[in-house]
Amino acid sequence: MAALQSARSFHRPAPQPAAEAPAGVAVTLDGITHRFGASTAVDNVTLEIKAGELVALLGPSGCGKTTLLRILAGFQAQTLGRVVIGDRVVDSLPPAGRGVGIVFQNYALFPHMTVAQNVAYGLEARGAAREAVRARVEAMLGLVKLDAMRDRFPKQLSGGQQQRVALARALAIQPSILLLDEPFAALDKNLRLDMQIEIKQLQRRFGITTIMVTHDQEEALSMADRIAVLSRGKLEQFGTPEDVYDRPGTLFVNGFVGSANQLRGRVVRASGSVAEVALEAGTVLTAVTPDAALAAGDPAILCVRPENLRLATEAAPQQIAGTVELALPLGPVVVYEVRTADGGQVKVTEPRVAGAALRAPGTPVRLQPVSPQTCRAFAVPAGA
Amino acid sequence: MTAATAITAPGLAGPATAARPRIGREWTLALPLATFFAVFFVTPLLLLVAVSLYADAEMTRFGLDQYIRFFGDAFNLAVLGSTLLLGVKVTALTLLFGYPLAWLYTRSGPRMQSALILVIILPLLTSVVVRTFAWIVILGRDGIVNNLLLSLGLAETPLRLLYTEGGLVAALVQVQMPLMVLPLITTLSRLDPNLLDASAALGAGPWRGFLKVTLPLSLPGIVAGCLLTYAASVTAFITQSLVGGGQMLFMPQYIYQQTITLHNWPFAAAISIVFMVSVLGVVMLFNLLGRASKGYVHA
Repeated sequence: MAALQSARSFHRPAPQPAAEAPAGVAVTLDGITHRFGASTAVDNVTLEIKAGELVALLGPSGCGKTTLLRILAGFQAQTLGRVVIGDRVVDSLPPAGRGVGIVFQNYALFPHMTVAQNVAYGLEARGAAREAVRARVEAMLGLVKLDAMRDRFPKQLSGGQQQRVALARALAIQPSILLLDEPFAALDKNLRLDMQIEIKQLQRRFGITTIMVTHDQEEALSMADRIAVLSRGKLEQFGTPEDVYDRPGTLFVNGFVGSANQLRGRVVRASGSVAEVALEAGTVLTAVTPDAALAAGDPAILCVRPENLRLATEAAPQQIAGTVELALPLGPVVVYEVRTADGGQVKVTEPRVAGAALRAPGTPVRLQPVSPQTCRAFAVPAGA
Repeated sequence: MTAATAITAPGLAGPATAARPRIGREWTLALPLATFFAVFFVTPLLLLVAVSLYADAEMTRFGLDQYIRFFGDAFNLAVLGSTLLLGVKVTALTLLFGYPLAWLYTRSGPRMQSALILVIILPLLTSVVVRTFAWIVILGRDGIVNNLLLSLGLAETPLRLLYTEGGLVAALVQVQMPLMVLPLITTLSRLDPNLLDASAALGAGPWRGFLKVTLPLSLPGIVAGCLLTYAASVTAFITQSLVGGGQMLFMPQYIYQQTITLHNWPFAAAISIVFMVSVLGVVMLFNLLGRASKGYVHA
């Protein structure tokens, strides 16, 4: 811990206990645009990341999240915009000058160096004294519980151990921010959860501002303080996991994060951020309209998550009638595939209790949203 | 190396478990080539050894006289020494010029890459004789280099470039360049570009990244390229004779003289054996280096 304390004093005049106040620095991406030839990989993205925050850049492949990370690290120069780390505009700095720790998807450990040599690399490059390097390497290897592996080569380690080495190597130089590029993609499922917990704990302990790129929504939801959802280079939504999941701001976010039933219909009445949508299935449902651009008569897509639909027993307004087509018991929940009157399909999940009988295919059911807030109506995108 | 073993390993394991009785006969597939080698390589080599053991030029009795004669004369040793040294000079220069070229190739876009590979391969597609004569045109008294130097006023009289060791080394470097660059391209292309990004993010400048990461990881390619270039340049009879002229004597011409001009077959055979063993020694030394480097690169 002594080494960690000195890490802190390196960045801040007054040393602070690591566990309490986050000591990371704020990061601002200000109007970042990046073009590769004619195609725009990142389109005017602005993100204000608070000190000590863990932010996930979430999106499908090709959404520009990796480009954004490479711009932050300094591997690529953006076409337009500014990157501010702490209180420094770093646009003209090479990667070596930015004080950024990065863990690559394939870890990029130096195959010809031992674990200890890998961790020492950045310290030696910065001209640290031999004794200081040795002490810091010991401290870092202790931190990631790899003391016993110090003389092994990367090829002799498991995937999880390699990732720990990569993490130790990145943190050894006391970076002001930590970048993680798809950090868990190469790990198998059980190990993934362990490493997620471990990294989250380390991040909390260091209070280091961390930006993680991922295409895995569960990973983003479980780890991040805030999630920036990207699609085709544009920022779709930036908010807490609850915001993004419960109050998706765009049709894309609603569909990409979690699963959603997308029901087509037409707006009957709209006032402020609430609209009534007449579905093709015949029902009129009240929904929230995040973009508030819908007027009466507009075609709309109404999104409602399977877990926000209830299988009602008695008839009431705002219900969608249908018949059970398929029941998939997934352990804790049952997913029912319901065919509606207009021929559409709606998924609904219901908690499963041991011993409870499944609804048989062909059973008529009534689907009811748990509340109007869980229904969200969006304008039909061009070409859809 | 690892890729190759990864590919062959399942292939070997598969038939071994599936069809055990057939495993013993696979070696017969190598028979045609083995026979060819036995007849046209091993037999002549043994004949060469046998001829070198004749004590006199008329091949009437056996003895180690030829070898004693070779090692007893400082002139012979000087020829051998200068030949081995020529190989070292050519290999060092080829590496010096070839490495940046290979590096440039791996860092270029696809269009630039196809242009570069054409430039690199082109020498292999033309005959050595043609390439060597081109160098005579370039280096001659009235050649391109001299004309340029004279017209720029950098020299008052034409320089002697042809029939000098400098000219010969320059020609050999160009002629053997593909042998160095191709193995280098293979190793450098296999390098994970993230490694250099990681090095840079950790605070290492480009030179440190090159010396600590790129260079050690490309050692197998360097060793392979040097081996090929060395073996090819010490035995480059045509280029050595045409660009080197009669002024400089290297082992290949020396052997040629002894056989064709002086008809001293036993002595020619003896110096061939000495030359072969010397080159083999250098090559093995290189190989040891290569094995050591592979050991730690793929550990």
